[in-house]
Amino acid sequence: MELTPQNKSNEQLPESIEAGDKERWASLIGGGAMVLMGLRQRSLRGVLMAVAGGGLLYQGAKKQSTLKQAQEAIGLNQPIKVEKTVTINKPAAELYSYWHDFAKLPTFMKHLESVTVIDSKKSHWVAKAPLDTNVEWDAEIIQERENELIAWASAEDADIENSGFVRFKPAPDNRGTEVKVVLEYNPPGGAIASAVAKLFGEEPEQQIGDDLRRFKQLMETGEIATTEGQSSGRE
Amino acid sequence: MKAVCWEGTTKVEVKNVPDPKILNPRDAIIKITSTAICGSDLHLYDGYVPTMQKGDILGHEFMGEVVELGSAVKNVQIGDRVVVPFTISCGNCFFCNRDLWSLCDNSNPNAWIAEKIMGHSPSGLFGYSHMLGGYAGGQAEYARVPFADVGLFKIPDGLSDDQVLFLTDIFPTGYMAAENCDIKPGDTVAIWGCGPVGQFAIRSAYMLGADRVIAIDRVPERLQMAKEQGKAEVLNYEEVDVGEALKEMTGGRGPDACMDAVGMEAHGTGLEGFYDEAKQALRLETDRPTALRQVIVACRKGGTVSIPGVYGGFIDKMPMGAAMNKALTMKMGQTHVHRYLKPLLEHIQNGDIDPSFVITHSMKLEDAPKGYEIFKHKKDNCIKVVLKP
Repeated sequence: MELTPQNKSNEQLPESIEAGDKERWASLIGGGAMVLMGLRQRSLRGVLMAVAGGGLLYQGAKKQSTLKQAQEAIGLNQPIKVEKTVTINKPAAELYSYWHDFAKLPTFMKHLESVTVIDSKKSHWVAKAPLDTNVEWDAEIIQERENELIAWASAEDADIENSGFVRFKPAPDNRGTEVKVVLEYNPPGGAIASAVAKLFGEEPEQQIGDDLRRFKQLMETGEIATTEGQSSGRE
Repeated sequence: MKAVCWEGTTKVEVKNVPDPKILNPRDAIIKITSTAICGSDLHLYDGYVPTMQKGDILGHEFMGEVVELGSAVKNVQIGDRVVVPFTISCGNCFFCNRDLWSLCDNSNPNAWIAEKIMGHSPSGLFGYSHMLGGYAGGQAEYARVPFADVGLFKIPDGLSDDQVLFLTDIFPTGYMAAENCDIKPGDTVAIWGCGPVGQFAIRSAYMLGADRVIAIDRVPERLQMAKEQGKAEVLNYEEVDVGEALKEMTGGRGPDACMDAVGMEAHGTGLEGFYDEAKQALRLETDRPTALRQVIVACRKGGTVSIPGVYGGFIDKMPMGAAMNKALTMKMGQTHVHRYLKPLLEHIQNGDIDPSFVITHSMKLEDAPKGYEIFKHKKDNCIKVVLKP
C-alpha cells in the first residue's frame, strides 16, 4: 500500500467534512443561512443565538458538518472552545433534569462557587478565581429541548463572555446516555485575563472532562469519588 | 493509628498517622486484623510505579472488622468480619454491571492521569499510586473502604484470617489467570513465576482441569512449594533452556497455555537480561519483559497467553511476529476480584484448597520494613508475608 502525503487543502473539501451521523445537535447548529448569519459573529454563542432566534433548523442540506466549519471560523477570533463527551449509565431524562437545575452544577463543577436561578431562563453564576476573588456573570438559557439539550450564553455585559450547550443522546443498546458538553469563552483583556486563565486551567479540556466525570460519578453512584481528607504519613 | 508509609525507593516506615474518616456516604472504616505484602508492592518499593508520593500508606491485601459505616451502607453491620477486594468498584457503571470490576469507571478520582498514559482509566486500587486513585492502603491499623456496600465481603464463622485473607487479591488473581488460559482436557499449562500468584495459579489450573502444570522459577523454595504442594513439574531457568525444555516435555508442540506470573521486574539472564536492566534503570523502558517474551515464543501455535503479572508502561522488543504468526490469544488484566469472592470462598469451605499454605512469615505491623526486605530478596525462604496489626 502506498502512502501519499495528505493534501492539506483536501481537508477543507465538503466530502471530507461530511457529517458522519445524524446527531441532533449537529443539525441544531447545522447548515443554512441562520448558521452563516451566526458565524458572521464568529462565535458559538452567535451560532446558538442565531439558531435559537430564528428557530429555523434543518439537517445540513449539503450534509456538511458545519461544526467543523464553525470551529474554524471561531478559531479566527481565538476564543477558547472545548468539547467533551462521556457516557453515563442513566436515562437521559434523569440527567437532563439534574443538569437543568443550574443551582446544582457546583456540586460537580469544581470551579463554580454558586449558581443562583433567577427565573426559568436567567441565572447568576459565581466562579472561584485565584487570590480569594470571584468572577461573576449572568447567563440565559437560549435553547432547551426536554431531555435532549440545554444551551446557554452569558449576558452581553459579562466579564467573561461565555456560552455552551450540553446534549443528552441515548447510547446504543441501553448503555445509558452520551452527554456532550461544548463550552466556549472569550478570555478578556486587562487585569482579569490571568484570573480567567487560571479559572479554566491550563488545560480547559481536562477540566471540563473532570467536571463531566464527577457528574457521571454522582449520577451513577450517588457520590463523587475522593481521597481528600484521608490519612497519610504526610500530615 | 500506625501505618506502613512509602517514604521513597526501597524505604518504608511505620509511622503514626491520623485515623481514617468516613468521607462519602458509601464508605466504611475497617479495623484491620490481617494484611499482606504483595509482589506488586515490590514494584512500588523499588520505585518503578510513577505517581507515588512520600507518606502514602501502602497495602492492598487486607481484612478485618467493620467499625464505622457511612449513611448509605445498609447491607453490612458494625462488627461484621470482612475481606476487602484490592480493586475499588462502584457496582453501578457499565463495567461493574458486566462483571469487569477492575475496569470500574467511577472509583479513580485521578482518572485523568491514567487516561493520559493508557487512554482510559482502570478502577482505583488501594495503596497503589496516585495514578490509580491515591487511596490510602491497608497496611495499617484501620482503613477507609469506599463503595463498601459492594466492596466488603462478609466471611462466615469458622474460617481463620489466614484461610480467607488472600481472597482480597492473590487467590482470585491466580484463579483468573488460570481461567484466562482457557484450559481444555489434556492441556499442559506452563507458568512463569512461582511466587504467591504463581502458586495459586498452579492450584487453580488443576482445579480448572489442566492435565499437566509446568512451573518455572529460580528460587529453590518456590520451586519446592510448586512441586510438593502444587504437584507441578518444575524447571529452574538458571539451569535449563526453558524454551527447549518445554518443547521436549510436550512432544515438540509447546504448552497449550503459557502464563506470565512475573511482570515488570523479571530477572533476565545473559545479554538480554542486562539490556533490559540497563534500559529500565535509565528509565528508557518502564518494564523488564523477559518472562513475557519467553512466554510468547514458548507457547504452542494457536495457544493462549495469560498475563496476571503487573506491567506498568512501555516495553521493548516484544516478539509480536511470533504472537501474530502463531495465532496466539492473549488475555490479561487486573483481577475482577468481586467476581471470584463467592465461588472461591466455596472452594475454601469445601476443602478444595487452604490458601494459608503460601504463608511463610507472619509478623507484627511494626516489622513491615523487615518484611519488605526479606520478601524482596527472598531471604529466609520467604514466599509470603502476613502482617498482624
